Amino acid sequence: MHNMRTGAWRVVELITTPVVPADYLDVIAPLRNPRVLRAKIDAVRPETANSVSLLLRPGRGWAWHEPGQYVRVGVDVDGVRLWRSYSITSSPRRRDGRISITVNAVPDGVVSTHLVRHAKRGMILHLDPPTGEFTLGDPRPAKALFVTAGSGITPVMGMLRSALHELPDVVVVHSAGTREAVVFGAELRALAERGRIRLIERHTRADGRIKPADLDELVPDLFERQAWACGPNDMLDDLETHWADAGHEQLLRTERFRPTLISGSGGGTVTFAQSGTVVETDGSEPLLDSGEAAGVLMPSGCRMGICFSCVVPLREGAVRDLRDGQLTVAEPGDSIPVQTCVSAAAGPCTIEL
Amino acid sequence: MTTIQRKESNPIAHLTPEDIERIGIELDAIRDEVMGSRGERDAAYIRRVIAWQRGLELGSRGILLFSLFPPAWLVGTAALSVAKILENMEIGHNILHGQWDWMRDPKIHSTKWEWDHASPAEQWKHSHNELHHTYTNVVGKDNDLGYGIMRVDEQQPWHPMHLGQPLWNFINACFFEYGIAAYDLELGKNMATKERRRDPKFRAALKAVRKKIGKQVLKDYVVHPALSGPSFLHTIAANATANLVRNLWSHSVIMCGHFPSGVETFEKTSIDGETRGEWYLRQMLGSANISGSKAMHIMTGNLSHQIEHHLFPDMPSNRYAEIAPKIKDLFQRYGLSYTSGPLPKQVASAWWKVIRLSLPNKPVPAAAEPAEAPAAAPTAKVPATRWRRAQAPVTSA
Repeated sequence: MHNMRTGAWRVVELITTPVVPADYLDVIAPLRNPRVLRAKIDAVRPETANSVSLLLRPGRGWAWHEPGQYVRVGVDVDGVRLWRSYSITSSPRRRDGRISITVNAVPDGVVSTHLVRHAKRGMILHLDPPTGEFTLGDPRPAKALFVTAGSGITPVMGMLRSALHELPDVVVVHSAGTREAVVFGAELRALAERGRIRLIERHTRADGRIKPADLDELVPDLFERQAWACGPNDMLDDLETHWADAGHEQLLRTERFRPTLISGSGGGTVTFAQSGTVVETDGSEPLLDSGEAAGVLMPSGCRMGICFSCVVPLREGAVRDLRDGQLTVAEPGDSIPVQTCVSAAAGPCTIEL
Repeated sequence: MTTIQRKESNPIAHLTPEDIERIGIELDAIRDEVMGSRGERDAAYIRRVIAWQRGLELGSRGILLFSLFPPAWLVGTAALSVAKILENMEIGHNILHGQWDWMRDPKIHSTKWEWDHASPAEQWKHSHNELHHTYTNVVGKDNDLGYGIMRVDEQQPWHPMHLGQPLWNFINACFFEYGIAAYDLELGKNMATKERRRDPKFRAALKAVRKKIGKQVLKDYVVHPALSGPSFLHTIAANATANLVRNLWSHSVIMCGHFPSGVETFEKTSIDGETRGEWYLRQMLGSANISGSKAMHIMTGNLSHQIEHHLFPDMPSNRYAEIAPKIKDLFQRYGLSYTSGPLPKQVASAWWKVIRLSLPNKPVPAAAEPAEAPAAAPTAKVPATRWRRAQAPVTSA
């Protein structure tokens, strides 16, 4: 049956060449495309003044996630497809096959702001398969500790919603600016009231940030617990130092949202991933010239930005268009084609060559 | 720009090098303004054109299943011709130019797109985007000047073969997409010697073209006709007609871009060390527009705005009409002529050139012939820095 189907499909491909049949079907059934993973927004629920939860119906080809994993979501913002990572906050065992993500509008966050303000039912988003190492693992820990701040609660919420029944002893230490700014505040407090978790909520605008040393008092059996931490980088750095100082670094797992560094003056270290070549560049020399000077086999053409023969994927980092100064920023996991003949490094970046 | 300077009236004699750089700065500013404002409405435009084209193609193919009936044949063939023209011109040509790469949609991207054409996208991009657009109208470097089979400029040497060029041009028009495929392969040059014929790179390219043509022919002349059962032969005729219509149309439009009178050509040595301003100026003088309605502009893939397209080949095509008044104004202020005319006039002008130049140039009185061109100084070739702006961009960051 399967062979017959692929055989018939080949004939349909002959009919539609040079495009594939799915390109026609995409117009009416965008979730049926087996090669392009998409999702439809089924519902939008506000969480706080600055965050929303999106209930998504993933299309064909979605693989189930482990609680705590994240998914890269591609959103068309003013005509440009931008990709960002969001933790999955729903349980993988949902009967209706839906997943949810929670988006917190960060200042200057183009994608998060767009989603919080403009996401609506019926909108199509693009997805990558779920990924990430920040998971509960097997067997489940007898005693668990989650230390989170801001939107760092999202992967933890995914874990609690899916596996709380397997976790007998849970402490959640969560920080947010104010009580109202706590994402999932009501749900967390309800769990605490029912005695399912011990919740330590800290409102930093009034009470200041939690220091790692405070944790020793707040959680007396700190180092008897398996710990998961997610939040701003400086918080995670402090926590890692604290755990390492106590000789218990193996008990702490952290999840970082790495911001891409953009240098003000331009220039930066360019890494050509496949050849392993690393060069220091200033902000005025095209990547093509830097690469060629370092002996990397660079594709090239007009050398003036019109023929697109030199286009290669930017995997991570930032480059600036030398003609108009426009920045292109790639988050980890991205693969954004850039024209090397008219682009210069605007910070550390990695090129797929 | 030696070729121009040899003419009786040099169209740029009145421009100082500073003027030329100023033109470059003004054009960069126009470019920045448009490129910085690309957004949702442009994305919606190209997606809409693609959706329309696909609908039209699907509809026409559906109608042609019954092409046995003359009305179905006529309507289906007309619709398919339009669909095929849209696919090559407003969609394929422009996507392959990278005009829509900024959307970062892998489905509408110059590195991923394949078009309904005998020449594979990859090969066409090299000969068109890289050679033709960089070396526009440079005699001996831009093979688009007569496609290697014709003489379309007085500076190209005459050969008895050129006597037949009106006929070659007509044949090329009828089989234009195959002509382009042969041209992208540089078939004439690469078949000339045994060594070239055996070059693995050429052989791989040839194989790719054969595969592409095979698929195209199978689709239009076997699969779709077979699907239409008793209308088999009628569908073959319909598809052949649609391909012919597209060939004639795209050939005419493309002839209008660089062949009509008023368009200038350039000598190889004139582009050594060419600056950005000089490159822009060469594009301005080397291209001609077609005037007409909005529908006409879309059907030409906005190549009717050839001047704007050659200045900014990677600008979304829907923006050319928008900047045309500014470009025209710039031509006027710098005393340059903006060559433009309705389609029939431009086609006639281009054809007249093809006919006229099939004969050798009129002998020039010996005195007028410039003395032996001053031997080009044997200096090292100056690299062209066309990407470098005369004025650094104002960056917001």
